[in-house]
Amino acid sequence: MKTLDKLSIGESGVVKSLTKKDLALKLIEMGCFPGEKITLTKIAPLGDPIAISISGYELSLRKDEASTVVLED
Amino acid sequence: METSSQKIITKPISVALLGNPNSGKTTLFNALTGLNQKTGNYPGVTVDKHVGVTKTADGAKLNITDLPGTYSLYPKSLDEEVACKVLLGDDIDVAVVVTDSSNLKRHLLLATQVIDLKIPVIVVLNMIDEADALGLKINTEELSRLLGVKTVTVNSRTHQGLDELKKKITEATSSENSFYDVTKTGELNNKEFKKIIAKQFENDALYNSKLNAFEEQDSIYRFNVINYIFAKTVTLPQHATRSFSDKADKLITHPIVGYGILLLVLFVVFQFIFFIAEYPMLWIENSFSFLMEKTASVMPAGQLTDLLVNGVLAGISGIVVFIPQIALLFFFIGLLEDSGYMARVSFIMDKIFRRFGLNGKSVIPIVSGVACAVPSILGTRTISNYKERLITILTIPLMSCSARLPVYTLLISLMVPDDAVLGIFNLKGLVLLGMYLLGFAATLITAFILKLVVKTKEKSYFIMELPVYRMPQWQSIGVIVVGKVKVFLWEAGKIILAVSIVLWFLSSHGPGDTFEKIELKYASSSSDPQIEKQMQADKLEASYAGWLGKKIEPAIAPLGFDWKIGIALITSFAAREVFVGTMATIYSANDSENVTSVREKLILEKAKDGKPKYNVAVCMSLLVFYAFAMQCMSTMAVVLRETKSWKWMFAQLFYMTGLAYVSSYIVYNLF
Repeated sequence: MKTLDKLSIGESGVVKSLTKKDLALKLIEMGCFPGEKITLTKIAPLGDPIAISISGYELSLRKDEASTVVLED
Repeated sequence: METSSQKIITKPISVALLGNPNSGKTTLFNALTGLNQKTGNYPGVTVDKHVGVTKTADGAKLNITDLPGTYSLYPKSLDEEVACKVLLGDDIDVAVVVTDSSNLKRHLLLATQVIDLKIPVIVVLNMIDEADALGLKINTEELSRLLGVKTVTVNSRTHQGLDELKKKITEATSSENSFYDVTKTGELNNKEFKKIIAKQFENDALYNSKLNAFEEQDSIYRFNVINYIFAKTVTLPQHATRSFSDKADKLITHPIVGYGILLLVLFVVFQFIFFIAEYPMLWIENSFSFLMEKTASVMPAGQLTDLLVNGVLAGISGIVVFIPQIALLFFFIGLLEDSGYMARVSFIMDKIFRRFGLNGKSVIPIVSGVACAVPSILGTRTISNYKERLITILTIPLMSCSARLPVYTLLISLMVPDDAVLGIFNLKGLVLLGMYLLGFAATLITAFILKLVVKTKEKSYFIMELPVYRMPQWQSIGVIVVGKVKVFLWEAGKIILAVSIVLWFLSSHGPGDTFEKIELKYASSSSDPQIEKQMQADKLEASYAGWLGKKIEPAIAPLGFDWKIGIALITSFAAREVFVGTMATIYSANDSENVTSVREKLILEKAKDGKPKYNVAVCMSLLVFYAFAMQCMSTMAVVLRETKSWKWMFAQLFYMTGLAYVSSYIVYNLF
């Protein structure tokens, strides 16, 4: 199972599902919903959080939050 | 024509302005209403209410409420809850949803939710210049048709489109279209979206769990509709250009350069609020001293004059003196927020700060705490997570502020000889540095403990937009600075004034006729300034403050403090630096402004056993006490104002005083 936190900078994926109940709605509202394409754009200097390009803008989130985003194989 | 416009004039239109954070909503609000705005409170919550007034070209009056930034009508924060509840209320005539034209897809989510409430809506396509720059083309007519409401393109930077927006507000209608899947609402026993949303605040656990399942499906459904609308109305450029933001971020989030830039930014902010602010502050203090002298000389000597001069005017001076620091700090915070830099600070600092229950954005208020806790606490507004903001507020006053500096200087000069060195370092400087480090360590440790102790209802996550870099909007920042200063003056100011009058009374009045007796005793003496000083010292001792100081002596004796220090503790509750002045009065030193003259008196002071009273143990104990104790009514007033909670204000007073007491006790017994 490939998750968002496993991407490297510049790598893309398509959102398949969101695994954590209370985080899912927030992520969906921020434009991270099944079927959308994600590109990892930045990793913070200390390795966490990360930034992604989604729905036409840039969103940052922590790695443990990103690990709840499952990507299509 | 005449009659219809008359009608509009007599009945102002109530407008709710809402949108995602970073939609440029507040800039638009400031562009629309300028300084015609007021900051108030939503009852029972810590969210500020901003209301402003503007008029259309036809003279119709618009009462605009700037709602807190909101991503959706399924609230996940206090801000969102407030915005949602206001929209559901009956007093809103028109909802204006502000969207970022260059980032339309996500911003349309909220727009479709608000449209589904079936209230009159206008959708603002803000920052149209940025969409143009990116090469995005938006077919606004088609967008209006698909949404079923009027849209207006606006550039709040150049005020382009504002008149059209105001005109369209007077013509707003609700949409015929719906954007939710009515077939999925069966479980909720309601087909109207407004009722579905309204019911989530009824604390019906069963309903809310059903709603939770609906919310996710609903949002995905909406985005699928939005994707369709987006494809129909927005033309993307052939080639995406690498924006300025991407290039800037290469440096700003760089592992070395990034922190270097942050240090530089902190340094500049610090310079301004610590050193540059000194000049206007001095000017304010001098003006007030002049005013006080003049008033005292013009009015007849007596109780009323004393109250006016040393109670009221001194109190107001103590409030107004904060304005330069507050204005400067908010100018910088506005600059950093508006430009998009603040989100990057969060991004590069989060990993360190989250361990302590703080937010990456806490870094600027905490560092500013070295200058003064008052503006810093007001500056925590940028932290959107309530728990992280609360912890930041509760720990900032532990940072060693500039008011502690005179106290530190006096005490260190008492216990460390001028020429003492440790290796190549001057020992005085080292001790002072140690005091600052002590404050910083206490801040972080306390934050860590609070992280484990404080429980909030709000869900905590980091998920946050990294907005593109933008040129700051000077007019908007100016409006915010003025608003913040006003809020401080009226809301914190009245508490500060009340407490300063109480403190004035305590130190200038005594029980019974004690004061008259002292005056009688010195009446026959010549007008020698030294005797005058001695009389002041006697009066202070005989005052209520003196009485209190003696009363608390048994409690503070274990820390090595006597009643004289007790008096200074009471009077310096107004502000820490008052300690030096009070000590000067008690010991009838020559010049209360001059640390050296107080120092000389204190060095000569002997304890009961004939040894110097102010030995290392007492000085260290006092130093630590002033490092940790609250001892600042202005800070307490802004904590009350920002947390809207007496509980947190008193909790902070007690743990800080407790920490000070215990630490001083330990230090006193160690040395």
